[in-house]
Parts: sequence; structure tokens; C-alpha cells
Amino acid sequence: MQVKLYNPPSPLETRVISKRFGTPDSWRVDTYLATGGFEAFKKVHEMSQDQIIDEVKASSLRGRGGAGFPTGMKWGFVPRQSELPKYIVVNADESEPGTCKDRLLMEHDPIQMIEGILIAAKAVGASKGWIYIRGEYRYLIDHMDSVLKECYARNLLGKNILGTGFDFELYTQTGAGAYECGEESALLESLEGKRGVPRIRPPFPAVSGAFQAPTVLNNVETFSAVPEIIRNGAKWYADLGTPRNGGTRLVCLAGHVERPGVYEVPLGMNMLYFLNEIGGGMLGGRKLKAIIPGGSSCPILSAEECDLAMDYDTMAKAGTMLGSGGMMVMDETTDMVKVALRIMRFYNHESCGWCIPCREGTTWLRKMLARIVDGNGSARDIDLVGDLASAMLGRTFCPLGDAAALPTISVVKKFRPEFEAYVAKNPFATSELVQVA
Amino acid sequence: MTFSPQLEARFAELLTHYPEGRQRGALVPMLMYAQDETGAITQELMEELAKRLGITTLQVDEVVGYYSMLHKKPQGKYHVQVCTNVACMLRGGAELYGHACEKLGVGHKQTQASGLFSLEEVECIGACSWAPAIQVNYDFHHEVTTEKLDQILEGCK
Repeated sequence: MQVKLYNPPSPLETRVISKRFGTPDSWRVDTYLATGGFEAFKKVHEMSQDQIIDEVKASSLRGRGGAGFPTGMKWGFVPRQSELPKYIVVNADESEPGTCKDRLLMEHDPIQMIEGILIAAKAVGASKGWIYIRGEYRYLIDHMDSVLKECYARNLLGKNILGTGFDFELYTQTGAGAYECGEESALLESLEGKRGVPRIRPPFPAVSGAFQAPTVLNNVETFSAVPEIIRNGAKWYADLGTPRNGGTRLVCLAGHVERPGVYEVPLGMNMLYFLNEIGGGMLGGRKLKAIIPGGSSCPILSAEECDLAMDYDTMAKAGTMLGSGGMMVMDETTDMVKVALRIMRFYNHESCGWCIPCREGTTWLRKMLARIVDGNGSARDIDLVGDLASAMLGRTFCPLGDAAALPTISVVKKFRPEFEAYVAKNPFATSELVQVA
Repeated sequence: MTFSPQLEARFAELLTHYPEGRQRGALVPMLMYAQDETGAITQELMEELAKRLGITTLQVDEVVGYYSMLHKKPQGKYHVQVCTNVACMLRGGAELYGHACEKLGVGHKQTQASGLFSLEEVECIGACSWAPAIQVNYDFHHEVTTEKLDQILEGCK
């Protein structure tokens, strides 16, 4: 398989987990071993389970899939004693709109992720794992299958790995087109051969996950960061970022920018600095209007709110999320009402239909937003969109409902004049006429 | 129902991946890989997989109905999937989709009478930084313009 870089790297990046990207045969065992690969695995052989987990905790690595939950803490929830075997599941369902980083990690440096998986497996005592890859990434599933084959042949997987006495089996599992399967419990249902409908929690996967056994479930990027943490030490990694937000992360820059691409930067980098210096600024020198900072589930930021540090806590304080790192930049020509409609069409399509607030809420929100865009909206529709989205928030079975509500509430609040302009064009929009009708 | 030896080998391998008694885990991959060979999910295929996994045909059917990449009707030889989600939309994905509709003479989830092309407007395919993106069958094409789309379609014969 030919592995090429999709965008030229920037000299301003801090390349920790992407350092092998674009080098020849970066996905082969020999390349990996020649560049520090499996040093971390050998190091954890000398460590106790608690020491490994404490090291990951001290690195302040947080989940890179979207929720930003501290990884070490998640591993610590897995019961030490268990009658059932324990499992590792990798969430490679990468479906959050705006996100295209896990693809690169699996394409360019898959063995780094595999080493991270093995370290997690040692930390919790797991002996089997699955990499759940979205069905659209078939080329990556084939790629990963060939990488796994080479790893088995070189004793990096299988029985008595590198003579350490540790056994681990790893498989790929294909998805079949469902955003919802990126939600951890829905992913596990899919892995068990069922509809990707979320499970009620607790119990969390750490206690009852894949096949009802204790399971560590993390994103591709989270596992990929682990070997460098162990190799260089937790402090080194934590110091790259800001307090409680350790290390670096891949940010997928998309939209109206000069140099869109996937770039690795330390947590806490200023968003405008990132956009202008690494991303080359706005496309065609136009004016910034808004940024969706971490995938379409995040509340949108207006231009004046974008001067902030990209770490989990600062973003939360600003009322949004770092999410999955899918940053979508919009310039002054962007029609925010159409953006809101497109986002809602997505969530409506992807709602699994299990719970009513999400299934009906996304349907009605899509219809109302379409009505406004089509020029048939009335003034009260604008409030209704905001109210209905707020009513969904926190009342759905899984976070998909919140993911649909949050961007919608923020767009209506921050760009209300644009909605009003649409409504003003409708000659039948006055409330009196609506009431008569 | 018979499959190619390669697919049979793949099925046999898949069934070893899951804990004892939980072989149903192979269902989604089996459906995906079988569909590649049969062109669509037929009643016969669902019955066969149900038999092999020890579940009911209805249990297979409800899974098929859930996933957007599993389809009961055959698609074109070249299934063109145009992403119009936000990142692609900002870079002209919607116009690209309109162009594809016009060029192919079919709309969303429709197949040409000749069976050569089918079209689908899809949700985010994970190529946001190289938008607008399309997939033809499983192949990604990045930074697609209308001219580039014409060339890609021209190459599909």
C-alpha cells in the first residue's frame, strides 16, 4: 500500500505521535523498531499494573475521541479481579463531522497504536482486542489486516510477545455505516452483531463492556499517545501541554482556510495563532465569521470568541468543547442558517431512533430549519428551534441528542439576525397571519 | 448458498475472533464482506448467515436495516458517494453533488438504468481537511472539483 502525506507538515507543529508520518515504510515493523518502537513495551514489562496506570494518570492524557475523559482514570476503573476475560476495544469509527485524524494514525503509524494497545492490555490484564474501524475506511481495514499479519509474524502479537510471556490477540472489525457506533456502548452492540443502539449506563464498559466483560475502550489517537508517554516519561508528556491537559493532539483543520490539513500541536495553543500561522490564515484573505472547534457536536464560536487556548478546560469555560479535534473554519460569506440546517440533517439521519427526544427532536428541528431556509419560516420558528433544542439537551438516552442540540442552540443565539433575515423575506411570516392560518 | 473460497476462508477466520458462544459478533463483517461479493443483501443471504450464526433471519434483517452501508437493492457498478456535510459544504460539496446528479442523470440512492453508476449523498466520510471529497465504491478522491469529478467518472467504464 502506498502511504502518502495528505498535507505538507508545518514547522510550527510539535510532532510526537505524528513524527513518523510521511517517512518511507512508516507502517512496517522494521521502521517502527528502528525508531524507538517497542521500547515502551519493554519498559512496562518491568512495571506493575498500578505503576503503568499511575504513569498514564500523571501524563494527564485525556481521551482524544471527544469527551476528554482522563485515560489513566478510565483504565483504573477496570476491576483487577474478574472471572471474565478482559478486552481492549479501539474506537476507530471516526465519524464526527470535521474529523479525519485517526485515518492518518492508522495509515502512517499503525504499530504505534498497537504498542499503545498492548500497554493498556498489560495495565488491565487483557488478552484480546478489536479495532473497530468504520466501514467506509475499507482500505484502512485491509491495510490494518496486513499490518496485524506482519506483527503476528514478528511476534509483536500472539503468544509470548517478544519473550515477555505476555499473550495478546488483536483483530479488526468493520462497521457498516453508522455515526452512532462511534458512541462507545453502541459500538459494543455492533461488535456483538447487533443494531448500534446505545446501552444504559452504568455499568460502564470498564465493568461490563464487550461481551459483558470488563473492557478498556479508547480512541485511536489516545492509544497512539501511550508509547511516547511511557518512553519519555509522564512528566515530559504532561509538560508539553497545560496543567490537566497533557501532551499534544492532532487538529483537523478544514473549511475556509489557506492550508487545511491535519496538524499536531500542544494542548493550549491559541486558536487564532493556529489558524493564522499553521493554517495560513483565512482563504483568500476573507474575514473570519465562526469556528466549530472540535467536530459538529460542539457549540460554534463567533469570530470574537476565538482568541482562546485550545485545551479541554479553557474550551469548556468558553462554553464549547475541544471534542475530536475537527476544526471547521467559516468566513464572512458563510450562510449560518444553512450550516445549522446541514448539521441537523446529519443528526437526523444518524439518530438511531431508540429514544424519542432524539428521534423526534432531530426530525422536527430539521423540518423547522428547512422551513426557514426555504423561505416559509415565521418569526416564532426561530424561538421554537432554540427552545426545542434546549428541551432535548440532557434528555436523550445517549450524547447524540446533546450533539444535535448544542450547535443548534449556539447558532441560533449567536447568529440570530441571519435567521431573522430569512424570515423577513417571507411575506406571510407575521405572527397574526400565522395564527389565522 | 455458496460463496467463493476466499470468502469462505474469511468467514472461517472471522468466527475465531469472538469468545465461545458469541459468534454473532461476526454478523456485521460477514454482511459487509458478503455484500461485496453478492452485490446486495438478499433474503437468501440473510437466511444463510442466520443459519451459520444460529440466530433468526429476523435478527439478521433488523441489523441490515440499521446500517447505511448495507443495502438490499443492487447498486451501480460504480457507486458514487458525494459528501455534503459541513466541511465539504464549505468547500463546494453541495455544488459537486448537484453536478454529479446532472452528469449521471440520477438522484440520491438511485441507479442508472444501465447499472453502471449509482449516486448517494453521504454524511461525513472523514476527509474533511481535503474537502470536498467523494468515494467511488471504497476509493477516496480528495479535493474534487467538477472537472476532476468528470475525469473520475470518465475513468469508470
